[in-house]
Amino acid sequence: MAKHPTPLLDQLESGPWPSFVSDMKHAAEQRHKNPRGTNQQIPEGVIDDLLGLLEMSFEDGTTHWKHGGIVGVFGYGGGVIGRYCDQPDKFPGVAHFHTVRLNQPSGLYYKADYLEELCDLWDMRGSGMTNMHGSTGDIIWLGTTTPQLEEIFYELTHKHNQDLGGSGSNLRTPACCLGMSRCEYACIDAQDICHTFTNEYQDMLHRPQFPYKFKIKVDGCPNGCVCSIARSDFSIIGTWKDDIKIDQAAVKAYVGGEIAPNAGAHAGRDWGKFDIQKEVIDLCPTKCMSYEGGKLAIDTKNCYRCMHCINVMPKALRVGDERGASILVGAKAPILDGAQMSSLLVPFVPAEGSYDEIKEVLESIWDWWMEEGKNRERLGETLKRLGFQKVLEVTGIKPMAQHVKEPRTNPYIFWKEDEVPGGWTRDINDYRKLHQR
Amino acid sequence: MAFVSSGYNPDKPMEGRISDIGPRLYKDFLPPVLEKNYGKWVSHEILEPGLLVHEAESGDKVYTVRVGSARLVSTEYIREACEVAKKYCDGYIRWTTRNNIEFMTTSLESAKALKADLNGRKFDKGSYKFPVGGTGASVSNIVHTQGWIHCHTPATDASGTVKVIMDELFEDFTNMRMPAIVRVAVACCLNMCGACHCSDLAVVGFHRKPPYVDHEYLDNLCEIPLAIASCPTGALKPGKTDLADGKKVNTILVNQERCMYCGNCYTMCPSLPLSDKEGDGVIIMVGGKVSNRISMPKFSKVAVAFIPNEPPRWPTLAKVCKKIISTYAAEANKYERLGDWAERIGWESFFEKCDLEFTHHLIDDFRDPAYFTWRQSTNFKF
Repeated sequence: MAKHPTPLLDQLESGPWPSFVSDMKHAAEQRHKNPRGTNQQIPEGVIDDLLGLLEMSFEDGTTHWKHGGIVGVFGYGGGVIGRYCDQPDKFPGVAHFHTVRLNQPSGLYYKADYLEELCDLWDMRGSGMTNMHGSTGDIIWLGTTTPQLEEIFYELTHKHNQDLGGSGSNLRTPACCLGMSRCEYACIDAQDICHTFTNEYQDMLHRPQFPYKFKIKVDGCPNGCVCSIARSDFSIIGTWKDDIKIDQAAVKAYVGGEIAPNAGAHAGRDWGKFDIQKEVIDLCPTKCMSYEGGKLAIDTKNCYRCMHCINVMPKALRVGDERGASILVGAKAPILDGAQMSSLLVPFVPAEGSYDEIKEVLESIWDWWMEEGKNRERLGETLKRLGFQKVLEVTGIKPMAQHVKEPRTNPYIFWKEDEVPGGWTRDINDYRKLHQR
Repeated sequence: MAFVSSGYNPDKPMEGRISDIGPRLYKDFLPPVLEKNYGKWVSHEILEPGLLVHEAESGDKVYTVRVGSARLVSTEYIREACEVAKKYCDGYIRWTTRNNIEFMTTSLESAKALKADLNGRKFDKGSYKFPVGGTGASVSNIVHTQGWIHCHTPATDASGTVKVIMDELFEDFTNMRMPAIVRVAVACCLNMCGACHCSDLAVVGFHRKPPYVDHEYLDNLCEIPLAIASCPTGALKPGKTDLADGKKVNTILVNQERCMYCGNCYTMCPSLPLSDKEGDGVIIMVGGKVSNRISMPKFSKVAVAFIPNEPPRWPTLAKVCKKIISTYAAEANKYERLGDWAERIGWESFFEKCDLEFTHHLIDDFRDPAYFTWRQSTNFKF
């Protein structure tokens, strides 16, 4: 029997999509039955109260979570977010309901035994409700009380070899696509880069030292499955320099209808016979391809590696062999100065070994941003305010035409003094020798 | 129940403390076939909706069954997913960045059995626990934020809106009949933790009333200069006001005309709450993408300036989402993303075809970039 009636939420139990309400109700029941004999350290009725509080929000159209709250674990400035409800008398189970962020493994692979261990810990010391996963990538644990925080951290680190993720004005937990583990498009080892950078910069991840949040995301190829170009201050995206590898026999098989285009992605509808001219050659944004006499040709010099042809004919075309990463910087969502995409900073960098060249770029950007960034200003906004030239200057990267879509349309150029012969320090008396007052 | 210590000693927090160890090593969690063929994959194919096969240089194959899931899940649900993984996948399991779960196996037969098993698991009121789909030219699972379940600044709920939109688009999750992939996102306020700014279809929670000012508490709770500095439009200034008891207090004065309801001041100062039943609702944005395929990555554009919150099932929102997606599906070319289609036919045609009213709210007036969205040409369609 539910502790609070939830007539509005109950209407989210119908329909085919997995109902979080049904799941929560089942979990609430299991918490009362306690089949595993869990030594529950926070109120048994926590999920009932969470449902009750959410029902109240559905009734009155507003949230019932108070603004923030400073809690955490000793020595860390992130990983735990304080949360208190504004109806603690009605819903005591969720009066204190803090969030814990756990740093996810690269690529979001798990072993069931490990997840079950985490479930045991969270059932004992928290609500049992989670997000798999949060928007930045962490495993999110929703709801525990202050006295449990150190206990949870102790168990995570001592028993499960598991650390917390980032929050606040920290490096946020880096994230990546599944990369080379199961994708033939991966030009770089996205998982290894993500793991290496996460470990290298643990101090930045756990102790706030930035003007605002900073996100790193690693995409294995320009398809961008982890959305680094839109969602990270520092986007590492796999790419290549040489020819796309062509298996002409397989191309013919696509043309002949023996292999379904786009790996079968359009199978749910009759789009007619595959037409390589219409579906590949004509859609190529740089028009660098041709198909004549049963042979596909690609003019590598003019290809900008959008991936369309490879996506359409994955069994015939492969990314090239000279692989590395492009680095783009400054993406963010609209708050405050409007949404920004990442802008290209390094067209190509080898991405092997210890990734020192990438780290060097990252660290020089941090040094500059920590000095110049205003409070709560994302890197992209600092870039907009101070100009792209500044980031070239601090990273020592040479300006090149690849950095822009087009050159400036206004002539308001800021020259550096040493670029102008004789400099800017002049004597008015020299001027007056030639020009009377 | 009685407090159970983990071993942590609050009197000596540094004793035996372990910190900065980072995440678990991903390699320890890779299924053996993936570990063996790491970096050696050559191609893939979607055999049927929700079922993929990847082939390695060695000739090894791995079959993946992808299922949709809520992002908000209980440990009970995770345990059930683990049970399935143990039964069919030697205990290996993975999540995608869009809250899907993937089960991998090396035999097609077992993948088919897995698919049938997953589709057969339902919650007691009938919804699927693990609906198979989300591959290829489909509407994949929605990335989203917390909403009313756990956030302090939302203008709408996230789990609830996602549930009703996915119920509406369910057949497009389990089938591959779209012109291209369709990426949907929901964010419960303008902070857009769910990155709605580059999605084919995005729902964004939105406030429409300037903040309340809790004069009595404000000066005690907030750094007034910090809160004022946080306002992007300069709508806040320091001032004084008289409380009912005649006491004069320092406070913040709001120029309501200038407020764009972004909530940044509330983030800095809890005495400036914005949420309001009538004021709050959602915006619909369309046509964004992050992939570099064919066209460059692009931002989503506002297509509907406001839809009120209608919990529990947001019928207007669900209807408008359905209309946009079905119009796109009927009209766009193969491989054409929603934004590319709208650009090809022209936005004036997009509004007409989708039966959406174009109002003054949709013309950009925020800073310099606004100008570049106005039409400096005689090329337009009647």
